[in-house]
Amino acid sequence: MTCLPARTDKKLGLAIDLDTCVGCNACVTACKGWNDQGYGAPLSDQDPYGADPSGVFLNRVHSYQVQAPDLAAITVNLPRSCLHCEDAPCVTVCPTGASYKRVEDGIVLVNEDACIGCGLCAWACPYGARELDAAAGVMKKCTLCVDRIYNENLPEEDRQPACVRSCPTGARHFGDFADPDSTVSRLSAARGAVPLFPEMGTKPVNRYLPPRKKDALDASPLAPLLDIKTSGFAGWLDRLLEKF
Amino acid sequence: MHPAPSVILFTVLSGLGFGMLAALGVIVHPYGWTAFVLWGLGYGFAVAGLLASTFHLGHPERAWRALSQWRTSWLSREGIAAIATLVLLAPMALSDWLGLGFGRGLGLIGAILALATIATTSMIYAQLKTVPRWNHWTVPVQFFAFALTGGAMMTGQRGLALGLLAVLACALLAHWRFGDGRFAAVGATMGSATGLGHLGRVSVFDPAHTAGSYVMREMIFVVGRKHAARLRVLALGLACLLPAVILGLSGSVLACGVAVVVHLLGALAARWLFFAEAEHVVGLYYGQRQ
Repeated sequence: MTCLPARTDKKLGLAIDLDTCVGCNACVTACKGWNDQGYGAPLSDQDPYGADPSGVFLNRVHSYQVQAPDLAAITVNLPRSCLHCEDAPCVTVCPTGASYKRVEDGIVLVNEDACIGCGLCAWACPYGARELDAAAGVMKKCTLCVDRIYNENLPEEDRQPACVRSCPTGARHFGDFADPDSTVSRLSAARGAVPLFPEMGTKPVNRYLPPRKKDALDASPLAPLLDIKTSGFAGWLDRLLEKF
Repeated sequence: MHPAPSVILFTVLSGLGFGMLAALGVIVHPYGWTAFVLWGLGYGFAVAGLLASTFHLGHPERAWRALSQWRTSWLSREGIAAIATLVLLAPMALSDWLGLGFGRGLGLIGAILALATIATTSMIYAQLKTVPRWNHWTVPVQFFAFALTGGAMMTGQRGLALGLLAVLACALLAHWRFGDGRFAAVGATMGSATGLGHLGRVSVFDPAHTAGSYVMREMIFVVGRKHAARLRVLALGLACLLPAVILGLSGSVLACGVAVVVHLLGALAARWLFFAEAEHVVGLYYGQRQ
């Protein structure tokens, strides 16, 4: 049934640090690489080397400019993927029960054998986190690497999502938001983490740590050059030229 | 939103079909071959619309699974209501055609179910908070107005059809009037989408990808929006005004037929606009709005 669980034992998710993300796309390629080989249908590409390439990605990195009044503009890289919402609208709209939220850890998954590929869950998601695979005809989404995090065949340090494991700057953190002492909960509290699209009422689990406050420039470093006082021969020439 | 032909045909044809079935269930009581043709058309439109809706599925052979999640899913409820209507009204249709003289109780229940089907179809769209233009009471009103108007016209209820054409015109105007302000009213901005709004003005610095994607193709449709104003006039004229003029002048079968064809063209234009003008909040990540 596509009813949402009243509560989940854990709330597994990601805390993504927008201050340290450099927008290198390592998480994007690691995600695509891992999800090409294990859980469910591989993420297909259409015309990958042709004129009009297209493909399924479960994680995409945007770059934004943020301009505050009287401050220098900053660039913020923002990786966008499933936020494993507590009130996931993608789950309740599913007509077949393929889309579900797990009671034990809160991960939102798709049972690909029951998915009819109607696309309504992708419409219901404000984050654009779900993409229909054109080759398999089923909906694909972030699984929080459910086939890694519990996988005892992997060394312990690899039992986290591929995007977290591959991040070279340590901008991505994986953990349980239901546990107030977890790394992700403490980071979120310390850094004033924000949810995305709170007005959509989805109660996302993933949190984004906003960029830290930057130093403000007093004035333009070029400002002194605008007011040069000349003296001597140059001063005489300056005055002479102004007369023309 | 991408105005996929399969979904436009589905909503227009099934709306017309179930509107007809509702009318045949309670208002119109034809007999003999007239009943055969009218019930046949009602069933034909309803079934053709439902079949069209399966064309955009990734796995149409699994469509039967869509009947299982009635507790939460409007799409599932729609499938159940549609099938229940078609099954329950079948004896009524046979009775009208062959003169079996069954009571109209079955027709009344079937008509209520047909109305429920139209309601569930509209709620598939109206439930989506992510598409503010759709997430409004004008959507069910518009779907009901279209279905009942089409049903009345197809069954030759001239007086009723004229009244409903006026209601439909008001419903369309209300949908456009309220719809235009819905996105701003919901308050979704690039700032809330990115969670960066409290830091300053957010704009796109670099897109996430330069090639297309499913999300962009499906939910960020901008082609043809510049013709929206002209298409609205065309939709209103064809769906409401012109059929009203034709029906006002003549009540002949030919006039009814022409009025219905013109009305359907208008309905298709209006439904194309319904999708093409609807903006999904995910567009904010791509800088489609501020």
